[in-house]
Amino acid sequence: MRRIQLVGCRLAVGLLTLLCLGNEPVGANQSSLIKVDGSSTVYPVTEAVAEEFQNAHRGKIRVTVGIAGSGGGFKKFCRGEIDIADASRPILKEEMALCQKNGIAYYELPVAFDALTVAVSPKNTWVDSMTIEELKKIWEPAAQGKIMRWNQVRSTWPDAQLVLFGAGSDSGTFDYFTDAIVGKPKSSRGDYTASEDDNVLVQGIERNTNSLGYVPYAYYAAQQKKLKAVAIVGKNGPVLPSADTVRNGTYQPLSRPLFIYVNAEAAKRPEVRQFVEYYLAEGPKLIAEVRYVPLPDQAYEMARERFAKGVVGTGFGGEPEVGLPVEEILKRPPKQ
Amino acid sequence: MIKRRKFFEAWFKALGLSALALAVGTLVLLFGALLIDGIGRLDWQFLTSFPSRHASQAGILPAVVGSTLVMLVTACVGIPIGVAAAIYLEEYARRTWLTELIEVTVTNLAGVPSIIFGLLALGLFVYMLGLGSSILTAGLTLALLILPVVIVTTREAIRAIPVQIREAAFALGATRWQTVADHVLPYSASGILTGIILALSRAIGETAPIVTVGALTFIAFLPPSPMTDQPPYLSFEWLMSPFTVMPIQMFAWVSRPGEDFAANAAAAGLLLVGMTLAMNGLAIYVRYRMRKRVSW
Repeated sequence: MRRIQLVGCRLAVGLLTLLCLGNEPVGANQSSLIKVDGSSTVYPVTEAVAEEFQNAHRGKIRVTVGIAGSGGGFKKFCRGEIDIADASRPILKEEMALCQKNGIAYYELPVAFDALTVAVSPKNTWVDSMTIEELKKIWEPAAQGKIMRWNQVRSTWPDAQLVLFGAGSDSGTFDYFTDAIVGKPKSSRGDYTASEDDNVLVQGIERNTNSLGYVPYAYYAAQQKKLKAVAIVGKNGPVLPSADTVRNGTYQPLSRPLFIYVNAEAAKRPEVRQFVEYYLAEGPKLIAEVRYVPLPDQAYEMARERFAKGVVGTGFGGEPEVGLPVEEILKRPPKQ
Repeated sequence: MIKRRKFFEAWFKALGLSALALAVGTLVLLFGALLIDGIGRLDWQFLTSFPSRHASQAGILPAVVGSTLVMLVTACVGIPIGVAAAIYLEEYARRTWLTELIEVTVTNLAGVPSIIFGLLALGLFVYMLGLGSSILTAGLTLALLILPVVIVTTREAIRAIPVQIREAAFALGATRWQTVADHVLPYSASGILTGIILALSRAIGETAPIVTVGALTFIAFLPPSPMTDQPPYLSFEWLMSPFTVMPIQMFAWVSRPGEDFAANAAAAGLLLVGMTLAMNGLAIYVRYRMRKRVSW
């Protein structure tokens, strides 16, 4: 028995040694490490930036990115365990208090847009646009068990079953959609097909002629043939989600900025500073590549300025707000 | 009368066969789907590359190395402790209410959801002991997770050894330890090994506790090599290194927008199944070798 374990361990160590020796000529501990964790929505963006940044500084600087979620990221961030937190929503009151308690100051930098797309199956012939009121009528908690057919929403629509798909209640997408449409985060009807995996939602919506659902814009952008986006009726008529309408702020209220929060103390380290500057400079190009929507150029300019001048704090009072232009957020005097 | 019994016989046979077909059929179907989706992506480039935003350039290397190292720590910690605890409970401990209690607790622990172990580990290893989100923490967490399974199966295996063997050894003047080391353990080794492999196979697919203790998703470097060019030529720095494991990498790929990463996820799944099969294969081989040596 003992002999076998020994042999097993020895074998494994040998194999690993081979692996490690073959692939890592540079001593690992000579390089510096930047730790990023947080929202899985922001992850593809940070991953792309980290990949390019590491390629640019081959072997010298290492970046790690995790997906603990916005909340999990802030927890680690306010304990000082990570240098940068990815967040799909602004920092909340409790998190601000925790950061303050641990003496952690931070830069709040918007990096990209995320938009939610309300979508129906390509086989659906009757829906082109919807108003916020109609969406609210469908999704508010009171609709549960009552609003079950399309003609209940708009009388000109057919008398067909209304099949709903949406985000699971643990996701930031769910919080944002309910906040923007129903008016209160996490307030939604419960009798719909929910999934944390947005690809599952895309499939579900595509296959059923009578379906309606919402997915993050990137999932729609990646598979536009499978979904038909619904235009949202705003002040100046219906607006379809697209990179342009999200960017110029007409696709409202279903678009929101994504943030990175940078630990002010860590930002004094040259490698973290370089990484953040790289993020704000090269980000727009990479963001489009991973199918997210870049911010207006002016917003990046303002974010760079804020970082350069050392302006710490959040533009929100610990409450998420819907439908704010990014420039507006960056103009506000930040609070700690 | 006989006719009825024969009918029942045939009926049960059919039922058993269909149950087997259902189980194996589902497995074959799943594995087949994985194979079709993933086999084209499973090449040398995939095995030796780091994660990337381009599906065709992304690879699984850090996850494979991470999974292997974590399993190494898990095996080296979980197996000796688990086996030793089982031996103590079976061979040394007297039956008291305390051992009864321990027994019940261990059996119940085997059924506790893995996320609970993750939360425990987050408090104990990451914060109290200050081990951070490292390979060591993950390995210890999974060791905790497999401990009850190892203990239960080891005890079953030891219990299957006839009492006469022990009595014969004692009669010849062997001490308890000599009896255990020279007779009980070698004879029950094949059973113990089966338990260990089952436990490790469960551990390698675990995601929840590993995410809880802070595994990463994007990591484009490997842990420091365990061999160095300066004396003492061995380094344990890799134990404290940040890491990722295969199920997490798979999950990250599955949940990305679009379908281009689906093949990567399938290929990673194939690799994971392959690693589990390899572990099982090794166990079967070792078990076969050991059985040949046992003669009584």
